[in-house]
Parts: sequence; C-alpha cells; structure tokens
Amino acid sequence: MNQNFLDFEQSIADLESKIESLRYLESNGELNIKEEIARLRTKSRKLTESVFSSLTPWQVAQLARHPLRPYTLDYVGRVCRDFEELHGDRSFADDPAIVAGIARFMDRPVAVIGHQKGRDTREKVRRNFGMPRPEGYRKALRIMKLAERFNLPILTFIDTPGAYPGVGAEERGQSEAIARNLYEMSRLRVPIIATIIGEGGSGGALAIGVADRTLMLQYSTYSVISPEGCASILWKSTDKAPLAAEAMGITADSLKALGIIDGIVPEPLGGAHRDVDGACQALKVAIETLFTTLLAIPVDELVERRYRRLMEYGQFEEA
Amino acid sequence: MNWFDKLLPPKIKEKSSGKKAIPEGLWSKCPGCSAVLYCAEIEKNANVCPKCDYHMRISGRRRLEGFLDEHGRAEIGLNLRPVDFLKFKDIKRYRDRLNDAAVSTGETEALVVMQGSVKGVPLVAGAFEFNFMGGSMGSVVGERFVRGVDCCLKEGLPLVCFSASGGARMQEAVISLMQMAKTSAALTRMSAAGLPFVSVLTDPTMGGVSASFAMLGDVILAEPKALIGFAGPRVIEQTVRETLPEGFQRAEFLLEHGAIDMIVHRHAMRDKIASLLSLLGPHRLASAGVAAVPVNP
Repeated sequence: MNQNFLDFEQSIADLESKIESLRYLESNGELNIKEEIARLRTKSRKLTESVFSSLTPWQVAQLARHPLRPYTLDYVGRVCRDFEELHGDRSFADDPAIVAGIARFMDRPVAVIGHQKGRDTREKVRRNFGMPRPEGYRKALRIMKLAERFNLPILTFIDTPGAYPGVGAEERGQSEAIARNLYEMSRLRVPIIATIIGEGGSGGALAIGVADRTLMLQYSTYSVISPEGCASILWKSTDKAPLAAEAMGITADSLKALGIIDGIVPEPLGGAHRDVDGACQALKVAIETLFTTLLAIPVDELVERRYRRLMEYGQFEEA
Repeated sequence: MNWFDKLLPPKIKEKSSGKKAIPEGLWSKCPGCSAVLYCAEIEKNANVCPKCDYHMRISGRRRLEGFLDEHGRAEIGLNLRPVDFLKFKDIKRYRDRLNDAAVSTGETEALVVMQGSVKGVPLVAGAFEFNFMGGSMGSVVGERFVRGVDCCLKEGLPLVCFSASGGARMQEAVISLMQMAKTSAALTRMSAAGLPFVSVLTDPTMGGVSASFAMLGDVILAEPKALIGFAGPRVIEQTVRETLPEGFQRAEFLLEHGAIDMIVHRHAMRDKIASLLSLLGPHRLASAGVAAVPVNP
C-alpha cells in the first residue's frame, strides 16, 4: 500500500505503480512500451478525475489532513517574497504552531500569519500538530497590531485541527486569547484576507480567521468541531465521523452555499500535494484579485462592511 | 435486616435505597455536600445549598427575575426562533431536539435577554438557559446577544451577561462558530461608546461561549466553583493522558491564574454588580460638552 495515497485512492495508486514499473522496464531499453505507458497515464488521469469528481465530505476531510499537503510556509514561500518571520508574544513564549511575519505581496508589504504543521515526526511534535497555545494567538495578535500600525494588509492561512486542549493552555487563558483575537480582528483598520488551506478547526481556526474576504482551497474543510468530535458527542461513537462530516457541511461547496466563504480556489488534479507550485499559483491569483479590490475601499468603509457582515451571520425566524 | 446491613453507616445505605424513598420533584440532593434538601427550600435560596453554599444551576429566566428590579422589565428578541437550516440529523433530528428543549424548559432558545434595572441602575441583562440544549450558542443566541448590545448602544446602557453554556451548537455547524465572531465584534461597539460589559461566568462556561464574549468582559465575575474553560476536562485528560489536578478549571483556579476579577456569591451578585456599574458608568453628561466625571457623594 502506497502511503502517499489515501484509502479511496488505492485504485489510482495501483495504476501509478504499474506505470512506474513499466517505466523502469523502458529505461532498460528492452522493449518499446511508450504507447502502453501513455495509455496507462491517460487511464490514471481519467480514473483520478472520476474519483475526485464525487468525493464525500469525509474523503475531503482526509485530503485536508493529507501528510503531504502543503502547509503555510510552503505557500508563503511561493505566494509572497522577502518573508521575514517574527517570533514571540512578548510575554510568555514563541509558539511554533503559528508562524507570523512580514513579507511582500504584489510588491506591497503585508503581514502574514498562519498555522504551521510539521512534516516529519520531530517537526510535527515541535509544531504541536498545528494546534496553537494561547501564546500563539497572542503572537498573531501582536503581528496584527503591528500590521495596523504600519498599514500592512494581512494575509492569514488557516490549517489547524483546533486550539490545543492542554493544562498549560487553559492556565494561560486559551479562551481569552481566542476571544481577544475575534474582538480585535473585527475592528482592525487594515484589509484582512483569510484562506483555509487545510483544516479549519473550530475556534482555533477562527482566531486568525475573522476577515474581509475568506477563501477556501477546494479540498480544505471548515467546521465548528472535528467530525470525530461531533460524532463522539452526538452519535456517541467516533466511527460515525463520516456521517458527522456529511451533516455539518464542512466542505468548501457547502460553506460557499451558506455564504460563509467568498471563493473556492481550485486545486490541481488529485489535490494540492500533487502539484504544490500549481496550487500556490492558483492561490496567488485568487488573493491578488481580492487584494486589489480591498485596497480600493476606504478604511472606514472597510471596517464598517466587515462589521455588517459579521452581524449578518445567523439564520433564524422572527415570529 | 441482616447483621451486615446493620453495620453499614447510613450514608452508604442511602446510596442503595435512597432513590426510591424520595418522591420525584419534592426532594433533591445537593451535588456539593450530598445533603437531601427540600426543593422548595433550595428554590427559595436561589438554588444555593443552604448547608454548604454549593451553587446549583439555575434557569436563565429565574436568574434574571432574581437579579433585575421587579418593575420596568422588557424582554429583548423573544420573537426570534431557531431554524433547522441544515436539516441536521444525528441519532435525533435537530428539529426534535429543539422541540424537546422548548417543552422541558418553557423557553424558545438558550439565552434570555431583558432590559431593566438593578437597584435603580438601568441596564440590559442576559442569562443562559443551560437546560436548553446545554446552553449552546446558535444563531438565535448570537442574535439575541447582539440585539441586547444594540439596545445598550441606543439607550446608553451597560450590559451584563450570565453565561452557562457547553459552547457552540453543533447542529448549526459553522454558522454557530460564526456567532463567536459576531458577539465578540458587537462588544467593540460597546467599548467605543464607553459602555461597560460585565460578564458573569456561571457553571459551566466552556468552548465557543467562553472563547468569545464571555471572556471579553470589562469586568469578569464568576460564581463559586463554576467550571470555566476552553476545552472540556475529558478532552484534556484524553490529550495529556493524566488525571487533572483537583479544582482545575474551577472559578477559584481562574482567579488564581488571573483570568477573572472576582468570585461573587449568588446572593451578593445584585449588590456587587450595581456597585460596579455605579463606578464604571456610563456616567451621563451633565450638560453637552462637559466631561462626565464621577463625583464623590
């Protein structure tokens, strides 16, 4: 079983390994099998297209957590130039689960903030699997305030299972740290564009996600609780996570329909990890359009519109 | 009765047979000291145990009735009703859960908001109904909170909110998550208008409610021993794989860690909040252009 492919992609994985072995034969020069390889490649692409044309929300959730999926720093490196990472919340620590700094986007200085997961085991642990502690959110807030002072638009990249549920995190005020960011972001006097690049896990995601425009990559998710968490509370069993994913409507399409996000950034065939440069390019283009639009809005109006939009969230009846 | 039963101390005996002996709804056991109490007596004491001062949960409406002055109350947002816009169904339909909650609590949602006064100080006050789906915050809770804020902004009133909630309402999915941002954002207007928000954290205040407006009070009060935090104790235990220290995430723990201003007994709440608001304001302008300065009596 190929670890780079998810369960539901195994048929694609089988074809790909067949192609690999044929290519190996070809390089030995014993047979002319170019045609056969080309035929299999087409078949593989068609198969991928068909598998990816009807993904379930649970399959999307697995893609959003794919171990090879590009993370914040992968995007920042390709979408922006001159990134300077800044560290620390100035009161307790530097939380590696959130990266923040200043950079250049479309030749204009911006602030960049994002959750950061680790690629290998050591890095995963150091980044705490992208689950921030209060100091992470406070670092993010410090950079946002800095951005406001120097009139830098803010780009945020969301990719977290959620805020870290730990003893220290509670002692240092996880709730307050998240709440404070929601409060401050809603009145920040610079444009904010948030992009969900992987997992948008609950309050831990929203704490850097209050924005003028919100984008979602095609195979990312955004939800109030993880499918597993929801399943364990409402169905009393984590096995029902696929059902919970379905019920909560965690995919980009569902959230677009609900009016929570403004745009969906298409991913390369098979997901962002199959073509990182392609994914970054698509995201860059999507942000560029919004960026230009937002910069043209006078700041008072921008903040007022953001507020109005926040106040419109909710569906209810008036009897 | 055999010889072994005779040896047992009364407390253990009560565990095996106690349930049957107590008629439903007349007597209740204090979760703090296990004393068996007459329900009418508990009720008269605002659901505080007369023996050990344990603060039991109290319905949102009763809380406001005890907190606000008797006259001049007006409910805000009572006409707002929840909608099952996702047709959400787990082992039960959301719509059925809403109906059940409405029947068992007599409320239409998990937050009750009223305009009124406390010891003559005019204000808007909200209180969560924990028995309405765990006091979870969905669209209506968010909207009622915001309408409370809007009333404050319009009339120049302070805001008080008693939280008791498990967090965001899963059945409204990401829309309930957005209520965190909505309620928090509304409070920026309170600050800008110089109107104070006193947040009272009662048992329990967790998740999306604690991680939004509840922790944004200009002054944050809590009731004794209230459970307050972001992640639930069970989730934390599973994550860190160790038992949590005694008193973890209780009001006293939060006070010690600098997260709240003070712990206030339920019976003292009215006096305390009236006093805080008389100090915080809003101090009305005596005449246009004159800065409002509180004067010592």
